[in-house]
Amino acid sequence: MKTKIRIATTSLGGCFGCHMSLLDIDERLIPLAELIEFDRSPLTDIEHCTNCDIGLIEGGVCNSENVHVLREFRKNCKILVAVGACAITGGLPAMRNFIPLEECLAEAYIHDIGVENAQIPNDPELPLLLDKVRPLHEVVKVDYFLPGCPPSAEVFWTFLNDLIAGREPSLPYECVHYD
Amino acid sequence: MQAFVNHLATENQYQSTHLLRILHAIQARYHYIPESAIEQLAPLLNITRTQIIGVIEFYSFFHLTARGRYELLISDSITDHLVGKQALTDYLSTKLHVAVGEVRADGLVSLDNTSCTGLCDQGPAGLVNGYALPHLDHARIDQISELINQEIPIELWPSELFQVDDHIVKPGLLLSHPLTPGDALQSMFNRGLTATLAELDASGLRGRGGAGFKTASKWHYCRDESESERYVICNADEGEPGTFKDRVLLNSYAQQVFEGMTVCAAIIGAQQGFLYLRGEYLFLYEKLQQILAERRQLGLLGNNILNSDIHFDIDICLGAGAYICGEESALIESLEGKMGIPRNRPPYPVTQGYLGKPTVVNNVETFLAAAAIAHLGGQWFATIGTEKSKGTKILSISGDCARPGIYEYAFGTSIETILSDCGAEELLGVQIGGPSGLFISEQELQRKLAFEDLATGGSFIIFNKHRNLLEIVNNFTRFFAHESCGFCTPCRVGTSLLKNQLAKIVEGHGSAGDVVALEELCALVKNYSHCGLGQTAANPIMSTLARFPELYQSRLKNISYEPGFDLDAALETARQLANRNDAAAHLTQVEQD
Amino acid sequence: MTKTIRIDGDTIPFEEGQTIIEAATAAGIYIPHLCHHPEFTPHGSCKLCTVNVNGRNCSACTFPAMEGQEILNNSQELQADRQKITQMLFVEGNHFCPSCEKTGNCQLQAVAYHLNMLDSHFPHFYAHREVDASHAEVLIDHNRCIFCTLCVRASHEHDGKEVFAISGRGINKHLIVNAESGLLKDTNLEATDLAAHICPTGAILIKRTAYQVPIGERSYDHQHIDQVSLALVHTDEN
Repeated sequence: MKTKIRIATTSLGGCFGCHMSLLDIDERLIPLAELIEFDRSPLTDIEHCTNCDIGLIEGGVCNSENVHVLREFRKNCKILVAVGACAITGGLPAMRNFIPLEECLAEAYIHDIGVENAQIPNDPELPLLLDKVRPLHEVVKVDYFLPGCPPSAEVFWTFLNDLIAGREPSLPYECVHYD
Repeated sequence: MQAFVNHLATENQYQSTHLLRILHAIQARYHYIPESAIEQLAPLLNITRTQIIGVIEFYSFFHLTARGRYELLISDSITDHLVGKQALTDYLSTKLHVAVGEVRADGLVSLDNTSCTGLCDQGPAGLVNGYALPHLDHARIDQISELINQEIPIELWPSELFQVDDHIVKPGLLLSHPLTPGDALQSMFNRGLTATLAELDASGLRGRGGAGFKTASKWHYCRDESESERYVICNADEGEPGTFKDRVLLNSYAQQVFEGMTVCAAIIGAQQGFLYLRGEYLFLYEKLQQILAERRQLGLLGNNILNSDIHFDIDICLGAGAYICGEESALIESLEGKMGIPRNRPPYPVTQGYLGKPTVVNNVETFLAAAAIAHLGGQWFATIGTEKSKGTKILSISGDCARPGIYEYAFGTSIETILSDCGAEELLGVQIGGPSGLFISEQELQRKLAFEDLATGGSFIIFNKHRNLLEIVNNFTRFFAHESCGFCTPCRVGTSLLKNQLAKIVEGHGSAGDVVALEELCALVKNYSHCGLGQTAANPIMSTLARFPELYQSRLKNISYEPGFDLDAALETARQLANRNDAAAHLTQVEQD
Repeated sequence: MTKTIRIDGDTIPFEEGQTIIEAATAAGIYIPHLCHHPEFTPHGSCKLCTVNVNGRNCSACTFPAMEGQEILNNSQELQADRQKITQMLFVEGNHFCPSCEKTGNCQLQAVAYHLNMLDSHFPHFYAHREVDASHAEVLIDHNRCIFCTLCVRASHEHDGKEVFAISGRGINKHLIVNAESGLLKDTNLEATDLAAHICPTGAILIKRTAYQVPIGERSYDHQHIDQVSLALVHTDEN
């Protein structure tokens, strides 16, 4: 039996919308499942990725944990793919880049209506926020980019088929969207 | 203020072309351009307030918010850095209790950097309220600080603080024999205008600003345009870092420069000329005005020059801190009272220049040479130099050498000869033609000064082996990002990207891919920019990368990629807010195994 | 005899006084552009329309068509470099397409689609830019301004007003409006002015008109900008 292509996926500063869109390939998941298997992913319970062929990452880099996860993916995936607007440009979370971090945190944890025991969280278990949200390619080398918010199911289907078939991936006009 | 602005507008005949002049006067009095002045000025000059704001925000020497009553600017040119500019600025900053880029709380003094002030042979240099301060050292800074703290008016400061020297070390064909005022004009009238243009043609004179267009052809084209109104402009916006020969020419040979302009005017049929003097040379302004007055008295300017039917006069316009205005069409825009944005070409200035009329724009040195040729004939000039580069070139030599200053050489002289004359030792290389020119290494000293080999507007900066080449390139690259006019995408965005990408490598955060990315960016900025600024902005990187690739390689990390920003520093705010400093509150710049 | 130029090997006619882009458009050839608009004085600043004329790069929107020109337009190299120039515009401003009303009808985005731009390539500047929502009907989002000056030219040349201008230098360039307060509401801009509708990006928007066209029916959902752009010009002519 041919070894299956191992794919890991994760969401950093993202909304899992890109993951939902991947699932939108619907019944085509069945033939795809003949060819691929999932490593670390919200779809499995694997905690860390190892020896993967493809890493799909949605979301930008917002905090220190995102950096660690991104590095783990880069190290363990032959091909790293930035999936969706946030992974490529920082996306909507990056709109906080224009507001000082002090103000962002104060708004959420101190001044917001209904906040009790107002304080900035300081538990060492919590990852710290970066001063700016960054796209993946500003932190590690990225091999491919799938634009869209989210990229459509067609984008995933076309891209994965190209990769699996050993072709240089290429997206037709209607698959290239930033929204 | 209302009366003052009214007076300025009247004095300038309500002409919007005089906007820079008016803003200079307002800035000098109030240390910024108050909003109310803008509101008052717009209807008086019949322009929009947005044009005035645009101009203020375009030029480094105009401000929308108040600077200090004593505004100190320190030259950020590499030549000033070589002689300790940074430490001196720090000292000044401490001494006067004002940070670089700030105004002191009492409003008395402000301090900032400025692009090359053209005092490269007598740096570190600066400007106080626009006036040049050469030879800065600790003693002078103590003195200046004292004068400022005691609020002594600048007019009363000791004159030696403002003493700018010519340092003419090696005069040649032109500098050894200044003309007597009127000589060139008299010879021209005796010979005839067309015959004089033929002499200029025979001389082979090419533009001395660096581009090297044949001067006679330019004058010819302009003369042949069917318009009735024409203009002559002398480009004294000597902004290329490391160039200061025009400063010396205007300080000591201005009569001859003005005479060259007058020769041009007579030949092409212009009645009005302009000297566009860079703002940094404010200290020459009054002196040059006096020389113009003298020439009017002598009948060398004004109506019926030397009793001919030629009428011509010259006005001096002061720039306001924008390197781009050295580009001839940007200079014309600036003369028209606008932002200095280079025009689309064609049309060229010879057909549509100042106010859309045919215009000759030449460098100071070109007019100096043209006057000499008008007097002494073309052959006299053409016998010197090389086949394609006739005559001599005046160089501004600075940097690591024993005798910086002004040197005049026949074209075809080897770099080695020049270096030996000025006393350069332990050579790393020479930057020829300023940041927009070329860096040559000690392997290339047999190369020649000539349009066909090493062309230069006059900047010649020497670096010895103890200098850090990448820091030099960094300085040049920052300069272009600062001076980009911002009109076109590749230069506006590209020069800033270049600055950041180079800094990433120089600061040791680069990996192999970063040099590839840098080269790609260089090509993009060079090939797609609108004007010479963008097209040459990558030269410092490209010419050093070609000669010293190992220097760049030595800064690279042997990793696939490193972020261009400091990851751990990006957590600092969050660390402080959460009051944490545990191991998990930090990030390494690259992944550790 | 008709004068001709050659673009990518095709011989096309031109009239004296036409720019390269004008001759190309008339012949049905698209040259990517953002700051160019057939109705206004050419500007030549975005540099997307750069073509190679007899070995030299020129802006097609300002350079005159001349007999004997051998022009490269659709070469792989030019398209790749145009993509890089577009990426420069994307990282310079803050173009968050998913939250922009103009998405789907945006020329900046459409040019990027046309050039198959999948990422922004360069590090983002994340420059701090403001939004001016003061005007009752028109909004300026400075995050999306690319300094094409189309609003400046439309206001001056078409509307007979001077509402907009570009100020500043280098990377600090910014759009300003003609009011003492600096706010759009205090200018004489009206929502019916062409200047309020001409923006190729989402920098100037008419309020309360967002998202009226469903996804799938927007200008560039199915059609490349070359088709849309050429069709627009040819409809205007008829």
